[in-house]
Amino acid sequence: MEMVAAPSLTVLLALVAGWMTLGLAGLIRPHHVGLVGRALFPLGALIGLGVALVGLAALRPDRLAEQLVLPLGLPDLPFHLRLDALSGFFLLLQGAVGAGISIFAAGYFRAGEGTAPGLLCLQYHVFLASMVLVVVADDAYFFMVAWETMALSSYFLVTTQHRIPEIRRAGFLYLLIAHVGAISILLSFGVLQGGSWKFTFDAMRGPTLSPAWATVAFLLALVGFGAKAGLVPLHVWLPEAHPAAPSPVSALMSGLMLKTAVYGVLRVSFDLLHSGLWWWGALVLAIGLFTGLFGVVFAAVQTDMKRLLAYSSIENVGLIFSGIGLAILFRAFDLRLFAALALSAALIHTLNHAFFKSLLFLATGSVLHATGERNLGKLGGLIRRMPWVAVLALVGTLAIAGLPPLNGFVSEWLLLQAFLSTPRIPQPFVNMLIPLGAAALALTAALSAYVMVKFYGVIFLGQPREPALMKAHDAGRLQRLGLVWLAAGCVVLGAFPQLALTATAGITRAAVGDAVRMGSWAFVAPLAPGQASYSGVLLWVGILGVVAVTFVLVRRLYHGRVRRTAPWDCGDPWQTPRMQDTAEGFGQPIRHIFGSAFRIDRELPSPWDSAPRYRVQIEDRIWRALYLPLGRGVQRLADAVAVIQGGRLAIYLLYAFLTLIALLVFVL
Amino acid sequence: MVPPPSFTAQLLNLFAAGLLLISFAMLSQRRTRSLILLFGLQGAILVASTTLVAYSAGLRHLYFSAGLTLVLKVCLLPWILLRLVDRLEAQWDSEPLINIPTTMLIGVGLVIFAFGLAQPISALATTITRNTLGIALAIILLAFVMMITRRKAVTQVMGFLAMENGLFFAATSATYGMPMVVELGIALDVLVGVFILGIFFFQIREQFESLDLQHLENLKEE
Amino acid sequence: MTAAPLVRQAAEVVLAMSLAPLFIGWIAQCRAWLQNRSAPPLLQPWRTLRKLFWKDATLAEHASPLFRLTPYVLFGTMVLAAAIIPTVATNLPFAWVADAIALVGLFATARVFISLAAMDIGTAFGTLGARREMMVGFLAEPALLMVFFNAFLISGSTALPSVVERLAAPPFIIYPSLAFAGVAFVMVLLAENARLPIDNPATHLELTMIHEAMVLEYSARHLALVEWASALKLFNYACLGFALFVPWGLASRDSGPGAVLVAVVALLLKLGAAGAVLALVETVSAKLRIFRAPEFLAMAFLLAVLGLLVHLLLGA
Repeated sequence: MEMVAAPSLTVLLALVAGWMTLGLAGLIRPHHVGLVGRALFPLGALIGLGVALVGLAALRPDRLAEQLVLPLGLPDLPFHLRLDALSGFFLLLQGAVGAGISIFAAGYFRAGEGTAPGLLCLQYHVFLASMVLVVVADDAYFFMVAWETMALSSYFLVTTQHRIPEIRRAGFLYLLIAHVGAISILLSFGVLQGGSWKFTFDAMRGPTLSPAWATVAFLLALVGFGAKAGLVPLHVWLPEAHPAAPSPVSALMSGLMLKTAVYGVLRVSFDLLHSGLWWWGALVLAIGLFTGLFGVVFAAVQTDMKRLLAYSSIENVGLIFSGIGLAILFRAFDLRLFAALALSAALIHTLNHAFFKSLLFLATGSVLHATGERNLGKLGGLIRRMPWVAVLALVGTLAIAGLPPLNGFVSEWLLLQAFLSTPRIPQPFVNMLIPLGAAALALTAALSAYVMVKFYGVIFLGQPREPALMKAHDAGRLQRLGLVWLAAGCVVLGAFPQLALTATAGITRAAVGDAVRMGSWAFVAPLAPGQASYSGVLLWVGILGVVAVTFVLVRRLYHGRVRRTAPWDCGDPWQTPRMQDTAEGFGQPIRHIFGSAFRIDRELPSPWDSAPRYRVQIEDRIWRALYLPLGRGVQRLADAVAVIQGGRLAIYLLYAFLTLIALLVFVL
Repeated sequence: MVPPPSFTAQLLNLFAAGLLLISFAMLSQRRTRSLILLFGLQGAILVASTTLVAYSAGLRHLYFSAGLTLVLKVCLLPWILLRLVDRLEAQWDSEPLINIPTTMLIGVGLVIFAFGLAQPISALATTITRNTLGIALAIILLAFVMMITRRKAVTQVMGFLAMENGLFFAATSATYGMPMVVELGIALDVLVGVFILGIFFFQIREQFESLDLQHLENLKEE
Repeated sequence: MTAAPLVRQAAEVVLAMSLAPLFIGWIAQCRAWLQNRSAPPLLQPWRTLRKLFWKDATLAEHASPLFRLTPYVLFGTMVLAAAIIPTVATNLPFAWVADAIALVGLFATARVFISLAAMDIGTAFGTLGARREMMVGFLAEPALLMVFFNAFLISGSTALPSVVERLAAPPFIIYPSLAFAGVAFVMVLLAENARLPIDNPATHLELTMIHEAMVLEYSARHLALVEWASALKLFNYACLGFALFVPWGLASRDSGPGAVLVAVVALLLKLGAAGAVLALVETVSAKLRIFRAPEFLAMAFLLAVLGLLVHLLLGA
């Protein structure tokens, strides 16, 4: 073990060992919530901050990659580790966001049915540790070990409340698709080694594969990592698993785990495969845009708040992949500056999404913790009872809707700038199709604002739809700290986008050979100063300044008197909370406009019903069209094979006998 | 920097864009009267465009072409059609087979297809209007889509006439018009065709009590 | 950074704030003339604002701080947008803070805040208005972005000063793609500013309200700020249209007072013409059924995309 040559990696390994220790410590008194809550999780958060600092150190522009070989693993296949700028970026993401989630989880978990908190602590920290190891793995074997550990630990976390059958079912589906993806990734690595039969990433970087084999490797990697990220059509596990898991786990999965899949795709396409064909980029772009639109349209019609956020994660993953697709496309035509722009946009959106999606999932966790309700139809008016959560969730909502001056807008702005550069591509058909892609991106962004207004408005605003909601309590101190940390991240990244751009400069230089131009401390001007510029901090200053000045002026010149009375509502005196829009009502225009995208099952009451009922069920068409026939086909195949299992001992002995005869014939 | 195109070329591009806009507007119209007026407007722009090409390239026969188009497509045909619509009382079309936003999306796809197809051909042509060949092709395709997705007979005829407009524009942009004989022949065919179709409409309405072409589906083997 | 450009910037913002209610008054006058009735005086919107500021604010019992904050946020974003859009002079300091895409984002922020405030009180009208506003918004915003894309493709930049410079530059070229974009822009303007045929600014019937439904619960100074912000929004859209489609007459940052005066006169003329055209369009159109509105906006969106394609084909 070379300790001196790889200081950051050594520190990282120590931090990971720290997490494992914390996890094992949880097993001492598994049912003692106080120990787990007040000691173990906050320590885990501190370790997370340490990981973030290691990642930040690796992003410094003059740093070379560090490598390390651990003598663990099989005799001829030791674990290789490598820390370069790309890994550093994802470590920063995981550490910073993970710290916030851990602090929240410290205040969230309580004794109940399901897994004991101590066991949960072990699974949680193993999950975090495995995700860190995935982004520093430098050979295929170690990568797969870490990947599988990630899948298994998250499976246990998802099925925390394993006594409920729906949750078990969701966990099973999740594990199934995770493994299908893992097989695909393994096959991809198998192709990438290109005949050298050495599975380290260094060996894979060396040789250049023929275009056919490179395409096979790329497509296998896309399928495998896409299954984990949630690209259509391999997305079906996401809307089941995220609501089933406890909220901090959903936040970890949406915020961190989906990003490891993004890391995988980036590692394979930009590092292991030196060059790419342009149609790979077009394919990824098309899939990304389709996934984005699909996710947001489905999110608009959900009535469960965590399912809505899960579909929103699918949408954002689609946007990230469309940025990656653009980057591959530009790189293939050697338009390096624009490839760097697209890649930076994708990476920054990854970071932003980790922050605001985790924030939103944790906010729903607080709501669930306080009210016990997940159904949007039974929430409402919580801004009065839970002011802290409401304000911080507002920051998250505005960020995810892509509104300036928060961070979600910055990555969408960069992505749109990248789309604008496409007319320089020499291929005429691609040239004309890409403005349509920009249109799809704009549509997705606008729809996500719609979805988030629905989410925030139905949960926090309006009047409570159930009387029990008036007894809701605000989030505890540890929960608030976690939420504040993540919200602060959103605000800082929005006001100072140059920080994120500087962080990604090293990565794009290594990946495509160029980096976007840096503006000044206040302005971001990725291409040229006269061409497009944006200043987050000045926008904040401007808006806050005008608001403050207006407020003061109005108070001074006029007055600030307020009278409180019943709402006007056009003079209607009999208003009840049930007269406001339900979540479904708010999504009705989308259901009407995009009706053919869903499979809707409606039961409308007739005018002669004495007890009228309304029932609607909205299903994913892909589930019926793809997965059910696939499942039936597999079942039929299994039935055919099951014929062998006759049940009689004599038959089994006959099989063994026949095999022996066959072997004797072939060997002799 | 590419030098800016001459004023004539700019005007021609503007006219071509206007024709495309009208084709899209026709695709989205529900009222038959508006369709006929749009068709008249399309004819007027064609006249202006042909006259401009004739003036700038100095080709006398295009003036005759423009005059013929003016008489036929701007004055005669719209008048005949308006009278027909009044007598058939077919002011409104029923809902088209696919809803209008989807039709527009298909239209945009066809435009991309036509543009992509026309670019290599435009490079070979020598006329001043060669850039607009893609637009002419797009107009033809859009008119075809209009014929496919409409239900009432009158609007289908409008699609047929719009397609003929597109063909005329394509001829002007690629090869400075067709030989005069061909053009006169086509004009006569169109005029006679509209008369005959008008007679057919009355027959259809008498037989099926409506001009909805779905009723024609009864005429098949069972 | 010397003080002169900042002073000019501030003056331009104050000018925008003063002209916006007058613009609304002018449109009302034109409508009245077209409908053969006597017109309200031009300064009527100013008088309404003054009256509203003096009243006591009446709030619902359970209105949250978000409800009270929203009018200020709306006003703030619209004033900031007025600082960014070239009204009288281009290239002022604030014009570089946000480019056209960020401008669309600012409008979206305003829209989200007003929708959230509408949902805050929890009445049927408020949530109805919020839902409809977001429905109109989610189609209008991409259409606006596509209109901007047309301008960007021609001028090669997204910063408004560069766009205006390029489009106003001497060789006058007719851009057919801008013609498409212009039609689309007018349609988006009508939709986003709650004008006929999408929404009737003078209606109070439930079936026909979008904007009015959202501000139903506001009164006094809050209502004044919301109305002023709406007027500023229409003014901003108009100036945006002028900057993209009729950019001649704008002064630049360092030009002398003569050029600025010419620019102000040009602005007033353009506003007068635009107001008359808007009033004409409103008078001849009937209000669309609510689910024809997405079709209307989809058409605007597709027109803008078509403009992009025409530009890529014709090179113009």
